Amino acid sequence: MSFPRRTTRRDELLFRGGTGAFALLLIVIVAAIAFELGRQSSLSIHKFGWQFWHTDVWDPVAEQFGARPFIWGTLYSSILALLISTPIALGIAVFISELAPQWMKKPLVFLTELLAAIPSIVYGLWGIFILVPLVRQFELNTPSWLKATPLFHGPPVGVGMLSTAIVLSIMVIPFTSSVAREVLKSVPQAQREGAYALGATRWEAIRMALFYARTGIIGAIMLGFGRALGETMAVTMVIGNNAQISTSLYAPQYTMAAVIANEFTEATGDLYLSALVEIGLVLFVMTLIINALSRALIWSMARPARRRASRPALQAAA
Amino acid sequence: MMRDRWRRALSHTVLILSAAAVLLALVPLAFIFFYVVTRGVAALNLDFFRRMPAPVGELGGGMANAIVGSLMVTGLGSMFAIPIGVLSGVYAAEYRGTRFASATRFAADTLNGVPSIVIGMFAFGVAVLPFGHFSALAGGVALGIMMIPLIMRTTEELLLLVPSSLREGALALGATRARAVFTVVLPAALPGIITGILLALARIAGETAPLLFTALNNRFWSTDVRHPIATLTVQVYLYAISAYEDWHRQAWAGALVLVTMVFLCSILARLATARLERLHRGA
Amino acid sequence: MKPARTFFTAALSTIALAATLSAQKVQITGAGATFPYPIYSKWFAEYNKLHPNIEINYQSLGSGAGIRQVSSKTVFFGATDGPMTQEQLDAVSGKILHFPTVLGGDVPVYNIAGVTQQLKFSGPVLADIFLGKITKWNDPAISKLNEGVSLPGTDITVVHRSDGSGTTYIWVDYLAKVSPEWKQKVGVNTSVNWPVGLGGKGNEQVAGLVKQTPGAIGYVELIYATQNKISYGAVQNAAGKFVTASTESVTAAAAEAAKKMPPDFRVSITNAPGDGAYPISSFTWLLLYETPQDKALGKVMVDFMNWALTDGQKFAPALGYAPLPASVVELEKKALLKIKL
Repeated sequence: MSFPRRTTRRDELLFRGGTGAFALLLIVIVAAIAFELGRQSSLSIHKFGWQFWHTDVWDPVAEQFGARPFIWGTLYSSILALLISTPIALGIAVFISELAPQWMKKPLVFLTELLAAIPSIVYGLWGIFILVPLVRQFELNTPSWLKATPLFHGPPVGVGMLSTAIVLSIMVIPFTSSVAREVLKSVPQAQREGAYALGATRWEAIRMALFYARTGIIGAIMLGFGRALGETMAVTMVIGNNAQISTSLYAPQYTMAAVIANEFTEATGDLYLSALVEIGLVLFVMTLIINALSRALIWSMARPARRRASRPALQAAA
Repeated sequence: MMRDRWRRALSHTVLILSAAAVLLALVPLAFIFFYVVTRGVAALNLDFFRRMPAPVGELGGGMANAIVGSLMVTGLGSMFAIPIGVLSGVYAAEYRGTRFASATRFAADTLNGVPSIVIGMFAFGVAVLPFGHFSALAGGVALGIMMIPLIMRTTEELLLLVPSSLREGALALGATRARAVFTVVLPAALPGIITGILLALARIAGETAPLLFTALNNRFWSTDVRHPIATLTVQVYLYAISAYEDWHRQAWAGALVLVTMVFLCSILARLATARLERLHRGA
Repeated sequence: MKPARTFFTAALSTIALAATLSAQKVQITGAGATFPYPIYSKWFAEYNKLHPNIEINYQSLGSGAGIRQVSSKTVFFGATDGPMTQEQLDAVSGKILHFPTVLGGDVPVYNIAGVTQQLKFSGPVLADIFLGKITKWNDPAISKLNEGVSLPGTDITVVHRSDGSGTTYIWVDYLAKVSPEWKQKVGVNTSVNWPVGLGGKGNEQVAGLVKQTPGAIGYVELIYATQNKISYGAVQNAAGKFVTASTESVTAAAAEAAKKMPPDFRVSITNAPGDGAYPISSFTWLLLYETPQDKALGKVMVDFMNWALTDGQKFAPALGYAPLPASVVELEKKALLKIKL
């Protein structure tokens, strides 16, 4: 008979060190990207400084560069995409994990993941050839009272913020819903049974599960948001590529990723290239800030749970 | 009484809404898939899978080299990303609460938001410039970097959701931390982790921009990792923006092949996981 | 026993060696302009048919990328639609030579309901349209050039490129020459700050937007206009004649320039003199090092260039490009001898 080996401190250190090394590698890669971005945009940073963040001009000939219209376009399109995709993605996750009959689950999972498998260029092409004419029709038929509002004003060209938001949300849905679905699946059955035992309706039990898995759900949403922020190909084909700031959904606008993709390979001139890299840096910094904010959100959501755990309610741990 | 009726009605409404959400997502999918299939099938023939790209005016070219190239580059990327993603996810889950784990999570989320073209630029500086030439390996590095955050975050989130009783049970039986994680906790979370890997694969399978600066593309047959290599996405992109009808048709065929490949990969992985799950539960 | 084994080993290794030598593949990578991609892909395929062991892999990343890659020697040769500036040449360690390979032209494409005849444009009118100063199709400046055509009062929707490109470079280079206001306000580059209009990504999208938007005007390479069957206009050249883009008129523009060709071939031929010259034409160049790092590969490229400048030119018209005039080819052949092999 062999006794189980007593775990030693060395085993623990090996494990921690081993996996930690990979975690460190991840951090190193991200830091290296930030460093490279900073280094290659130093020319532009020296020339424009903070002005870069709030100038509207983008003139490669006069070598005047400002990132504000692109920052606007990226934020606006990504937030719109998030607003549209999150309820749908969560709805899908809830349906598949809680409500669908067993035989339906696998096919539905395949179908949602098929959305993720479609290359972004195909989304772009579908966007230009099918979606944009449809949106153009929609824009042509908008009642004039709606057209007067800042949200729907402008000539009906079809390309613009609305088409972009739609395409982006379709692209983001599979990411958010797949992760949310896996997260919901991992909520212990005992939790649900407890809720039903206490007389909860389907929805109330689902709500409890969503709450239990809330940090994972937020994580799923953030993954989708990150996808939307960085999407290049599909966006540049349906957004109209016009560097203007407008609240109108109909107006053609421009995102940071799109302008880099459009002009990077043809950029002649060191300052021009440096300005484009600086836009990459701005996007990187924005992603950092958004992450920090969502982290704060998760942290604030986790805290009440520790107090609520003592309450005898549906949320009681098994 | 009234309250109960209200609660039940609410529950039913939510059911209907979530079913509606599923339909809403499936409608554009059907649209897009239909679009790709009808356009792609027309140009799909045996030559497509056997021949190299032909120049303009010559019909009957194919994308054989691009199909193999895409498989190679994706494979290289996975080899690079899966260990890093899974193991750093393990660290972040096991040592949750430490500042280092927080930093790792933060780094992964940030990396996820970096546009693919910026990653391409970075990979160019790191994997192409120092060696003086484009290569399939550099393409693998670029794609791998994009895969890491998705794999890491899903691994981490799912490991956290494995009931602590499992972990504690293993440790109580005298297993080392490593053994507990790798033989008990990780397998329990495996299906979810596979989902993460598949999502990451699907994500990068459709990427063009990072490959343009790393693997470049190749008109000729090449399986050498140190040389430029053809990929479906780049080839499809080049053909789609050209002026020629024949190239457009081939672009659609390429897109169809790409989507099918990812889909098949996803099915295979799920079948494998299902078998693993059954074994795991059976034991 | 021993001698037999030695014999076999020797035989096998000789065969293997011979096999490797005869199948010695030569692989050269080049990158650059998107404008000549179709003809370059044709040329390299044809050359490969003539020399099956020579694989020249050209990828169209863009002129700027082509210049950067060849400057940093990550590719063996580059290609560009706009010649390198003196600063760019000075920044390279080594001397890069320009070789024009083929000619192309930009055409103004338009979509006006009810107008089937070919419209005539003058340089200043085109500049004013793209500056946003002429906003309707029935503007007197346009109707004066097109008597007999009834132009509607539709608004003009300008479509330009959103991505940087040699096609844009040629177009704005021409506009700057015919309109001092354009030169001062907007200038010349592969990407500019367009005063008005929608941005389409790539020639294909510009063509698509023009086709789908009534009242639109845009600019695309000749091949995109012919392949997509969009109406394109004739442009008034420096001699005052209205010329339609074609292989002959584009080659004519280059022939004039050949008379005053600088030794490094870096010249713009927009608004070229001569009755038959199409004013919005341009060379596209291949970039090679005077002292290539790899002499064997350098020899292959020179051999290829000699072929492309002579036999290769016949493939140009079918693909929408214009062949180089004979005078330019002669000058280039002499210039190729400068490459130190």
